[in-house]
Amino acid sequence: MSILLTHPCPSPTPGGGPLPLTNSLILLGEGRTLGQEMRNKRPHSEEAAQTCFWPIRITSKLPDTMVHFTTEEKAAVASLWAKVNVEVVGGESLARLLIVYPWTQRFFDSFGNLYSESAIMGNPKVKAHGRKVLNSFGNAIEHMDDLKGTFADLSELHCDKLHVDPENFRLLGNMILIVLATHFSKEFTPQMQAAWQKLTNAVANALTHKYH
Amino acid sequence: MVLSAADKGNVKAAWGKVGGHAAEYGAEALERMFLSFPTTKTYFPHFDLSHGSAQVKGHGAKVAAALTKAVEHLDDLPGALSELSDLHAHKLRVDPVNFKVSSRAGPGQIWASGAENAAAPPPSPRPPDVPSLGSF
Repeated sequence: MSILLTHPCPSPTPGGGPLPLTNSLILLGEGRTLGQEMRNKRPHSEEAAQTCFWPIRITSKLPDTMVHFTTEEKAAVASLWAKVNVEVVGGESLARLLIVYPWTQRFFDSFGNLYSESAIMGNPKVKAHGRKVLNSFGNAIEHMDDLKGTFADLSELHCDKLHVDPENFRLLGNMILIVLATHFSKEFTPQMQAAWQKLTNAVANALTHKYH
Repeated sequence: MVLSAADKGNVKAAWGKVGGHAAEYGAEALERMFLSFPTTKTYFPHFDLSHGSAQVKGHGAKVAAALTKAVEHLDDLPGALSELSDLHAHKLRVDPVNFKVSSRAGPGQIWASGAENAAAPPPSPRPPDVPSLGSF
C-alpha cells in the first residue's frame, strides 16, 4: 500500500513544480504508479524542499493495523507467563474448548476417546496438543510487536491445510483466559485480565490474517 | 427473534418472486458467501469452489430447498428446521457464529448473501422488505 502525503507550504516554488494540494492524505492501491508529473515535482534542492508543496511517497504497511501493547501490558503478561505450566494450562484450555464447545471436536477425530468430560480432560493427545498450542503463545509473547509477521506461516497452515474456522481461535483464547483465572486467582486482576484479553484477541487476528 | 405477521407476509412475497429460480439463487448466495466471507470456505475443503462449480450448484439447490421449506413453515421455524439444526450441530459441527445475521465477524452470510440476491434478481422487481428477510 502506498501513501501519498502532501506537505503544506506557504507558497509554491518558482519554476513550477508544486501541487496545489492542501495537507491531505491520498491512498493509492498497490501497483498504481505515480505519474510522470509527480516525479517532475520532486524538490530539486533543500531549499525547495522546505518551501514548496511536494509529494512524499511512503511505501510500507500502515502502522494502524498493528496492535500496540503498552509497557505495563507487556510486563503484566510476562510476569504471569513466567509462572505458567505450559502443559497443564495448555492441556486444560484445549480440553475445556472440546467440552464446552463440542463442535470443535471436528478437528480431532484422530484423538481417540473424546466421549466424556473426564475422557477429554485425561486424553494424552489433547494434553500434548494443548502444550504445543500454548508454546506457540509463548512465541507470541516474545514478539508482541509483530504478531502478524510471527504467525503468518501458522495462519496459512490453518487456512490451507487444516481448514480451521477462525472463530475457534477466539474461543480457545477465551478458554486460556478462564484457565489462567482459575489457576492464578489473586494475580489475575482486572488489569492482568485486560492485558491477556488483548493478547489473545491479537493472536486470533494474526492467525486469521492470511486467510483467503 | 420473532417474526411479525407483516414480516411473514413480506418474506412469503419476496420468496414467491424467486419463482422457479430458487436453486440458482441458492448457488449464487453460496458463491457470494465464499467471496465475502472466506472463512466459511473452511467447511468445504472437499468442494470445488470455482465459479460455476457443479458441487456449489448442487449444494445451492439443497440450501434453497431448505429455505423454501422454512418459508412454508414460518409459524414453526424451530420445528421445521430441527433436523437441519441437529445435522449442523452434531454431524457437520459448524460453529454457530456462522449463523448470526448481524455479526460483522461471523456470517449468517448465507442469509446476507441471499438478501443481496433477493434485492437484485434479474427479472423480478425488488422485494418490499429486506429487513424482514433479515429477521427471517
